[in-house]
Parts: sequence; structure tokens; C-alpha cells
Amino acid sequence: MLRFRGSAALGLALWGALAVAAARAEPARALPAADSIAAALPAVERKADPSGASTGSAADVSAAVPGRVTMLDLANQAGKNKIAINMTWTLLTGFLVMFMSAGFALVETGFTRAKNACHTIGMNLLIYPVAVIAFYAVGFGLMFGGVGPLGALGGYGGLDHEVGVTLFGKTFGLFGWRGFGLAGAGSDAAVFTLFLFQLVFMDAAATIPTGAMAERWKFASFFAYGWFVAALIYPLYGNWVWGGGWLAALGSNFHLGHGHVDFAGSSVVHMCGGVMALTGAWMIGPRLGKYNSDGSPNVIPGHNIPMAVLGTFVLAFGWFGFNPGSTNAGVDLRIAVVSVNTLLASATGAVGATLWMWLVRSNKPDPGMMCNGMLAGLVAITAPCAFVGAGSAGLIGLIAGILVVEAAFFVERRLQIDDPVGAIAVHGVNGAWGCLALGLFADGSYGDGLNGVSGAVRGLFYGDGGQLAAQAIGVAVNFVFVGLASLALYKLLDLTIGNRVDAETEIKGLDVPEMGVEAYPGFDTWITEFGMVQPLVEPPEAKASRAKARKR
Amino acid sequence: MKLIIAMFQPHKLPDVKRCLDEVKVHKMTVSNALGAGEQKGDLESYRGVSHETNLLKKVRLEIAVNDDFVKPTVDAIIKGARTGKIGDGKIFIVDLHEAIRIRTGETGSEAIG
Repeated sequence: MLRFRGSAALGLALWGALAVAAARAEPARALPAADSIAAALPAVERKADPSGASTGSAADVSAAVPGRVTMLDLANQAGKNKIAINMTWTLLTGFLVMFMSAGFALVETGFTRAKNACHTIGMNLLIYPVAVIAFYAVGFGLMFGGVGPLGALGGYGGLDHEVGVTLFGKTFGLFGWRGFGLAGAGSDAAVFTLFLFQLVFMDAAATIPTGAMAERWKFASFFAYGWFVAALIYPLYGNWVWGGGWLAALGSNFHLGHGHVDFAGSSVVHMCGGVMALTGAWMIGPRLGKYNSDGSPNVIPGHNIPMAVLGTFVLAFGWFGFNPGSTNAGVDLRIAVVSVNTLLASATGAVGATLWMWLVRSNKPDPGMMCNGMLAGLVAITAPCAFVGAGSAGLIGLIAGILVVEAAFFVERRLQIDDPVGAIAVHGVNGAWGCLALGLFADGSYGDGLNGVSGAVRGLFYGDGGQLAAQAIGVAVNFVFVGLASLALYKLLDLTIGNRVDAETEIKGLDVPEMGVEAYPGFDTWITEFGMVQPLVEPPEAKASRAKARKR
Repeated sequence: MKLIIAMFQPHKLPDVKRCLDEVKVHKMTVSNALGAGEQKGDLESYRGVSHETNLLKKVRLEIAVNDDFVKPTVDAIIKGARTGKIGDGKIFIVDLHEAIRIRTGETGSEAIG
């Protein structure tokens, strides 16, 4: 079972032995030279060690023969520790990403009205368990069934069946076919680790449309939607980029850089969610009262901006799992660069959006746009975070901050698509920007051998225009595939369950008719809830039919 | 002088305000109100237990007007608030003995206008 990773593992073993010897406080037990045979370690009673300085020693090295540590034992232990660090890192960062569900729940609920709060946060809760089950049963196998050896997690190679087609003599991987239900080839600790980590990413994508379609989406339709996204739409595109599919192979097949590279999910997670948000919000139509008959938009303020701000911080915190965790390796010390790049882009994104609102677009530093700006910076740096320098990361975030404001206005005023939380601008537009930014700013300091292409990843500004082309193809494919697939899904749901609640329910608020409960019983909220949205004496029926007409 | 008190559906408030604006009635007091009328209550379900809330959310609008403004004000409220369904609300008109503007000490019609 010993898997040497060349001289690095041997070096690590030697270093480990030396470090252990040096760290011992009491006179060292004679440890033979590392290249000789065995160490006889007498069993010693371990005393209380308040400083911790002498806890952990050669005696803790697992030996085949107890008390006799051989060179092989040392090397085994070093390899074990390396993989254990990677696996622990991947699991812990996965737990951080799981907590982003709470961030999404707070942001989306804060940006919507009190009369829909139970419904909005209910969708955010339920997408998680639904997506867990669907991804476990179907999605994971499709996405990662052909990913090949899990290098950083011990090299297990059981997920080895990628289904593809051969065109022009090149293989185009389409979906994996192993590991369904984590049974058979999937029954492996490394695969379980990968499953958990990838599952929480999928959940982030699946929960994005609930914000854009909030305050009018029938809960039953949403419930059905969750299964399809987690089982089919997300895993297919994800396979093409992360599971060894054809977008990742654009480099090895067609010499376009390293193929479509997305370190932590600007396209796989965020643009996927953003495009589903776009098609969903477009198809379901605007909330009643959002647009006047001349097409001008009305303000429908969210009911709890502090909640949205708290959610933004929860998301930003979770992003330290999202991006640095995507190494799947705690021993890959690039995690420091990834973390700082993530941090910088979140800062410049928030400052960029704030200043753009304050100085250019209005005269106030709008708190809602601060949130969107910070998230936009984070979304944009998600793909390039491992491949760019700190300055580039800051610039990418800054552009994202301005872009998110303009995109939100464009969606609301030009496209006349009603997106209560700004999901399309934050995740869709900046997901695309993040992928393209990688193709511009990747500086050739990381990613040697990625997607089977030797050399580090370089963007256009560092000499490889092919990488930008691969990024653009990935973005275009995301828009077309996820767009069409989600449109088909929403259409199917509309024909069977119906996507939209009736006008009466929408006016009353979805909480009581749909969910049975109010979010804030006993609070006087309804004047402000209803106070600014309805056009002059237009009965709900007329508005509903207008909304339907817009839908077509 | 009369005090006009109207209770109606919360989502009709913007319409009522615009209709009042058209007849040059700009001063008003608006508050949240709960009430039971002919409209049935909402059936809610909390953790599996059904219960009916018969006090429904309404808006309470109060306007003090001189006598010649009573009819236009009432008409505007009706125009803005009527949907034709049960639950549209009610308007009460009561005599107003006195009105005093705190800032100036003016009384009567001058204080209202």
C-alpha cells in the first residue's frame, strides 16, 4: 500500500524523523541513523505535559512490530500524515462551505419582504437536504465517476469510467459512471471526502436561483426543481470542467492553454447558479408591482438589511473554505496565496461597489450594494484565486464591484427581469468575469501539469491567449447548456406543477398561504410591506395577466 | 369639521394615497390595524397544528377635514380601496369638536387646512 510520491515523500520522512528527534525535551532516546535498520523503543510511562512540548514523539510512529520503528514505518507514517492533512483540510473546508448555506439564507431573506420570509428561508433550508440526497444517489456519480486517481487524497483510482464520444479523433468526456450512492467503487474514504466537499459546492449553486425567484415561486415547484439540479444540470457541466470532461480537455486536445480552468467554481458553481437564476426569474416574471405600465421599475425594499449584511459576512467566511479548500490538499502551501487573494478581492469588490454607488450612480454608500459588491469580488476571484498575484486579485475584485452594480441596473431596467437579491448580477455576471479574468491575469506561477498539460497556467497578459480562449469557451458553454437545460426544467415544472403562486397569495405574502406560518407574528410590518408597490387602481387580475404577457 | 376613519386592505394603501392626492387631500395619519369583519380569517398551521387567525391585517387611515372636503375625501378612499370583494373595509365619519395646531395655537378650520 506504500505510495511513494518520488523524492518528496522520502524527504518528508527524513525531515519528520529529524524534527521529532529535535523536538524532544528530555535526553533523546538513541534513535539510529535514518538509513540504518530499527529503533528499539522502550515503553515509557507518559507523564503529564502541560506545555505540550514533549507530547508526540517517535513512540507515536505506527510500527509494524510494536516498539521497533523501521525506515519503512517512518516513510509510511509520513505518507499517512500527508494524506491525513489533506483529507482533514478538505473536510474542514467543506464544513466551512456548508455554513455558506446559512449565509445564502440570511442574504436572500434579508433582501425580501417580511411577508415572504418563511417561504424564502424555507427554500434555503430545504434545498440543502434535497440536494444532498439527489447528489448522493445520482449527481456525484455523473460528475466524478470518471475523474481518475484522487492524487492529493491518496491516489485511489476507482472512479475511472468517463463516458464520452470521439470526434475528429479526440475524446470528449460527457459524464462519469461510477460511485452512485457511494457504493462499489465509491466506497472509499477518499471518495467520501471528495463527495462531502463537492456536495456543499453543488448546494451553493442550487440555492442561488431561490433568491432571484423569491416572493413568487410556488414551493412545490421549487421542491421538484432541487432534485433535478442536484442530480443532472449541475453535475453535467461540473463533469466537463472538474470531472475530466471535454472542457477540461480543451488543453490536451486542442492546445488551448490548460483547457477550461476554474479553480474553485466561478463557472461551475456561481455562473451555473446565476444562469439558472436568470432563466428562472425571466420565466416566472416580475413580482406584482415591480414594474409600472410604462416599464419603469418600483422599489420593493428588503425587510432586514442587517440580516443581509450578516449573511454576507457568513458567506465571506465560508469562502475561506470554498477557495483554499479547492486545493484538496493542506500540504499544498499555495493555500496561503489563495486565501489572501480571496480576502483582497472581497475587500476591493466591496469598496468598488460602494464607491461606484456613492460617487457615480447615486449619492449614498448603499448597504445592499456593499453586500453585493463583496460577494461579487468573491465570486470573481473564485476561478483565478490560485493562479494570480495579489495585485491582480485586487484588480479583479475591484472590477467585479463596479460590474455588479452596472449588471444589477442592466438586469432590472433594460432586461426588466426582477431579481430581488441581485443573484444574476453577483453570481452569473461575475462568475463569467472570474473565468475570463483567469484567462487574462494568470501569471504562470502555479498549475504545472493541470488537466494533463505541462507548464504553469498563463493568461493573455502573461503570454497565453489560448487560455483565454478556453475560458471564453467554458463561459459560453455554461450559458448555453445551463441556460437551455434550466429553461427546459422550468418549463416542465410550469406545465406540471405551475411555477408561480396566484396573485392573491402573492399580495397577501407567501408565508401563510404556502407555508402556513408567519415569520414575525405580532410585529406591525404591513404598511411598509405593502406601502410602495402597487400601481394606481389596477386590480390584481390585470397585473397578473400583464406579468404573464411579459413572461412570454 | 369631520374626522374620517377608514379601514381597508393594506395593499390598497398606495392607490388610496394617489386618489387622495388627486383631490388635493395631502394630510393623513396611517397606522397598522388588526380587525375582524365579514371576511373570514386565515387558516394557519404551526408545527402541524391548524388554527384560524380571525384578526386580519388592515390599514387604518385618519383624516380630519372641513365639511366641504368630506365627500371628495370619501369618494377618493372608495376609489382607491374598492376591489369589490369581501374585506375591502369600512369608512366611519365622526363629528370633530376641535382641532388645534400645536406649533401656532391655531384652532378650528385653520388648524385643519
